[in-house]
Amino acid sequence: MMEKMIFGRFIPGDSIVHRLDPRAKILFVFLFIAIVFIANNAITYAILLGFTLLAVFLSKIRLYFLINGLKPVFILMAFTFFLHLFFTEGGALLFSVGFVDVYEEGLRQGIFISIRFLVLVFMTSILTLTTSPISITDGIEVLLGPFKRIKLPVHELALMMSISLRFIPTLMDETGKILKAQMARGSDIGSGPIKERVKAVVPLLIPLFVSAFKRAEDLATAMEVRGYRGGEGRTRYRQLNWRFMDTLSLLLLVGFAGLLWYFRS
Amino acid sequence: MDILLKQVGYSYAKDTPFEKRALTDVTLHIPSGSYTAIIGHTGSGKSTVLQHLNALLQPTEGSVLIGERKIEAGTKAKNLRDVRKKVGIVFQFPEQQLFDETVLKDIMFGPLNFGVPEEEARRRAIALVEQLGLPEGVLEKSPFDLSGGQMRRVAIAGVLAMEPDVLVLDEPTAGLDPRGRREIMDLFYRLHQEKGLTTVLVTHSMEDAARYADTVAIMHGGKCVATGDVRDVFANEEQLGDYRLEPPRTVRMQREFEEKTGLTLDELALTEEALARSIAQALTEGREPK
Repeated sequence: MMEKMIFGRFIPGDSIVHRLDPRAKILFVFLFIAIVFIANNAITYAILLGFTLLAVFLSKIRLYFLINGLKPVFILMAFTFFLHLFFTEGGALLFSVGFVDVYEEGLRQGIFISIRFLVLVFMTSILTLTTSPISITDGIEVLLGPFKRIKLPVHELALMMSISLRFIPTLMDETGKILKAQMARGSDIGSGPIKERVKAVVPLLIPLFVSAFKRAEDLATAMEVRGYRGGEGRTRYRQLNWRFMDTLSLLLLVGFAGLLWYFRS
Repeated sequence: MDILLKQVGYSYAKDTPFEKRALTDVTLHIPSGSYTAIIGHTGSGKSTVLQHLNALLQPTEGSVLIGERKIEAGTKAKNLRDVRKKVGIVFQFPEQQLFDETVLKDIMFGPLNFGVPEEEARRRAIALVEQLGLPEGVLEKSPFDLSGGQMRRVAIAGVLAMEPDVLVLDEPTAGLDPRGRREIMDLFYRLHQEKGLTTVLVTHSMEDAARYADTVAIMHGGKCVATGDVRDVFANEEQLGDYRLEPPRTVRMQREFEEKTGLTLDELALTEEALARSIAQALTEGREPK
């Protein structure tokens, strides 16, 4: 169950997307998040979806794998879909079940919001799937560089991020291990009535917290003994390298935004 | 209770880019009442096999027969509680599974899940704490206030309290001091004999395997490459070497003794005591070197 989750995972590869500079990719995703909101009709949402699928294709991640790994997100998506479906009024009345009326506008909104959700999740997943956590952090640190002037602890923030990203898979594995140990003792999280399931979470969460704190302490000690003292005057082993492809990808995004703007109603 | 693995194959994260094959065509019979040691190099698939013994993992190929219950590849097994009640697993570093407010409650967690009445669960917990050599008064303490060795014992008590028919041990003494190791391994052995448990020990320690087990299975590269009587397996040094394993210390010493003195001992020494006895016997009888 846990091993199928792909949040924060990185799949090494050598696609065009993998080779892009992390700074370009991060900028790209952030701009993309803003651009998504330009779309407001069927054509623009279709373009949006097509563009995202193109990105998936270029990253050489199997679509099946992406969809399978993001299953939990789809539950959330379905939830928002139905929320919009039932509670948005306007347009012609399509049908009504009991006291719930479903309007044309509600269906439209539901579909649009779901697509918006989907492309956002896909794009950000592509970022983390094709960029190693270390490069993401390096990228963010450089991009946030200017904020050092207003005393923003950029290096520390980047470090915190990379540590949390680094520990996601570790904690996932640990969760699996503890889950199995408790299942062997007859606790059953996967089945039974909701009340039972909630109760079964406690024996999972407490050991997980205990071990997370222990890990944090060990890590702090390990950093301390190796003389870590923050970002001041620290040099880099990995150098970032901005190439023509990176500029091109951002230009492409600007063109895409223009296209959306043009077809927007 | 018999456990039979039939041509079991298992891949982790099947159908994802992270797919990793762990087991191929493993056939292994664990007869009721036996003490089986599973040995093998790191990454040989020992721990994966172990998780099939109570259906925590379901094979991606082949089938596992646990008592009467058959777990087959491709079908989703439900209601596994019965199986898990009968097969208790002590995982590696089991102290990681402790969670409850008090030691007593933590030990009672397993039995209560399996429908044991509260009074009975409490009685078992109290008895086990004593058997495991934990100080009195530990029952009402938080498990997180104990020392590492004590936490390990509490966790083991939590599994034993389920009173399983089959006890599966995954390196149960890793990281303990030598004396604690011996005490706990001896306790498992005593339970094995007194209650007629079927015991499966996954271990790196050839010495433990030799001392306690009567059957040994060797895992290598996700395959079960050899099974047999403990003496046969450890007498076959060539085979052990093929799988990057060494015979237990006692056997190595016996071989060296035999080589240096020219005497041959009667039987393969599986424990220090047995080795000492055979050496003494060979020397006092005044055997002639061959």
